[in-house]
Amino acid sequence: MTTAATEIATYNFAYLDEQTKRMIRRAILKGIAIPGYQVPFASREMPMPYGWGTGGVQVTAAIIGPDDVLKVIDQGADDTTNAVSIRAFFQKVADVAVTTETAKATIIQTRHRIPEHPLTAGQTLVYQVPIPEPLRFLEPRETETRKMHALEEYGLMHVKLYEDIARHGRIATTYAYPVKVEGRYVMDPSPTPKFDNPKMHMSPALQLFGAGREKRIYAVPPFTRVVSLDFEDHPFEIQTFDQPCALCGAEQVYLDEVILDDKGGHMFVCSDTDHCEKRQACGHRGHLAPEALEPAQ
Amino acid sequence: MYVAVKGGEAAIANAHRLLADRRRGDRSVPALRIDQIVEQLALGIDRVMAEGSLYDRELAALAVMQSRGDLIEAIFLVRAYRTTLPRFGYTRPIDTAAMQVERRVSATYKDLPGGQLLGPTFDYTHRLLDPQLAGDPDVVEPEQRETDGQRMARVSEILAREGLIEADGELPEDHLTGDITREPLEFPQARDSRLQALSRGDEGFLLALGYSTQRGYGRSHPFVGEVRIGEVEVELDVPELPFPVTLGRIRVTECQMVNQFKGSAKAPPQFTRGYGLVFGQSERKAMAMSLCDRALRAGELGEDITAPAQDEEFVISHSDNVQATGFVEHLKLPHYVDFQAELDLVRRMRGEHEKRNQINENDQREAAE
Repeated sequence: MTTAATEIATYNFAYLDEQTKRMIRRAILKGIAIPGYQVPFASREMPMPYGWGTGGVQVTAAIIGPDDVLKVIDQGADDTTNAVSIRAFFQKVADVAVTTETAKATIIQTRHRIPEHPLTAGQTLVYQVPIPEPLRFLEPRETETRKMHALEEYGLMHVKLYEDIARHGRIATTYAYPVKVEGRYVMDPSPTPKFDNPKMHMSPALQLFGAGREKRIYAVPPFTRVVSLDFEDHPFEIQTFDQPCALCGAEQVYLDEVILDDKGGHMFVCSDTDHCEKRQACGHRGHLAPEALEPAQ
Repeated sequence: MYVAVKGGEAAIANAHRLLADRRRGDRSVPALRIDQIVEQLALGIDRVMAEGSLYDRELAALAVMQSRGDLIEAIFLVRAYRTTLPRFGYTRPIDTAAMQVERRVSATYKDLPGGQLLGPTFDYTHRLLDPQLAGDPDVVEPEQRETDGQRMARVSEILAREGLIEADGELPEDHLTGDITREPLEFPQARDSRLQALSRGDEGFLLALGYSTQRGYGRSHPFVGEVRIGEVEVELDVPELPFPVTLGRIRVTECQMVNQFKGSAKAPPQFTRGYGLVFGQSERKAMAMSLCDRALRAGELGEDITAPAQDEEFVISHSDNVQATGFVEHLKLPHYVDFQAELDLVRRMRGEHEKRNQINENDQREAAE
């Protein structure tokens, strides 16, 4: 199962050599065994820059097989340039089937969103993580934060959330909102909007998190409790939108704001492009949707 | 009517096509050849090999050509290639005393065994642009002499005879040499791993940190014990053979910084050392590295840690330019989901702020009436 690139350089199936894959799989297994714990791993240089999904790409490369069906999204969309690039990478080095349909994918690599369509058992969601440490902006030192996790010393985080309420009347964290996993580790869900946090809780899918530059892997196994941090008198709330998607009319989904002109005109559309297209194909229409769908390309 | 942007694939393909065109430039100008880059941009190649941590001049030259001369991009190309190479084993430590020395200077002794050799240095050139170079003038052959084949003792060995300088230090018997490319980064690091990270750390970053120690941020009173450049043999132990096998020769730059040290609770007054070793010819990098190495030993020597250059986690976590450039440049990737979340929050808070102001104004008006 090798793909010859050129005569000078040849690459293994899914780019990484088998020893590296084994090392990453061990880290993943350890992560699954200790939900929410950040497992250090010997992250490799990848042929895309650090900070552009190298952690997610390594996790995907370590778990992908020839029979998998891969979906890659960035900001919820399959057609953003970096998602296109990562999808093309796996088509090239692993020759796997790809899809944009959430339900048909066995592995979904994502940056900044969890798909709207509920995930099912047997699916794996791979998150690209820039800063895996939820305590990093409270304490910059890795040596300190590892100690804090070991001692379950999360007071600092609660103080931060409390100070938000004292200052702004609410918790002013809108994305990368910290969660507690299975009652033990405080975990960064990656910079997904807090809107997506409830989807992590008791999900039937396996959730894997890869941070390449920071050399950490962590995991949330299926059917694991994932609770967003909050206070009794300030319960966790997700974002709500005042209007439905302008294209498919969906409510209770995450919307992107699109600027239409330079006179303040804007519209809100589904961030999850697959979800939006599926709904339109079923005949749902928002107030700015074209009457008839253009034939699929 | 808004239509979701499709065609990311076509856009990427076209962008890369344009990049290829710009890389080649004017077709009427002859294309660069790899051997021209290897021969005439040798120090750029050295930097790519050092920070790419792969000793291969042709591949480094190819990377420089492909990256249009962007050295950090070239370093990235080399790293992404090297990481796919299988690991056969680890060579024996190189012996820099057996180096075939091309340059060797010491700032601590006027003369010393082996002598001072200026070698191919920019030092003492007057930095006047030379327009004649553009015309490819004849260049005279250099003066050369036969080597005497003698080992050239390092300055640290000379000082060690008097016991005035700390020894090389010992690692525990069972210590396996670290490998930062195969093991996760963890702090505190052993010095071998730290030196590896420094050796492929960004030249500019280490230069600035080394400079900061000279200006008082973690001052360590350094002298260049010596800096030497030349070729050393690389030897590998092969299990079937009773002797090490020479794989080839590599050019390296080694710097031994000698630092004043008044002694502490942990160590007697003596000279301490900072060490720098890099692939190719790069005195600036080797010297900066040795200043940083010495500064980072503050904890080990019982000195106060007060300056950025002494802070291991700070220095090592930020010294890798491939990591740094990736994360800085990732900010241009779309972030509109998170931005939308922030926009929503700011709008709500703004609305509440204005409502509060309105109420306050009304209250004041009523009070005035």
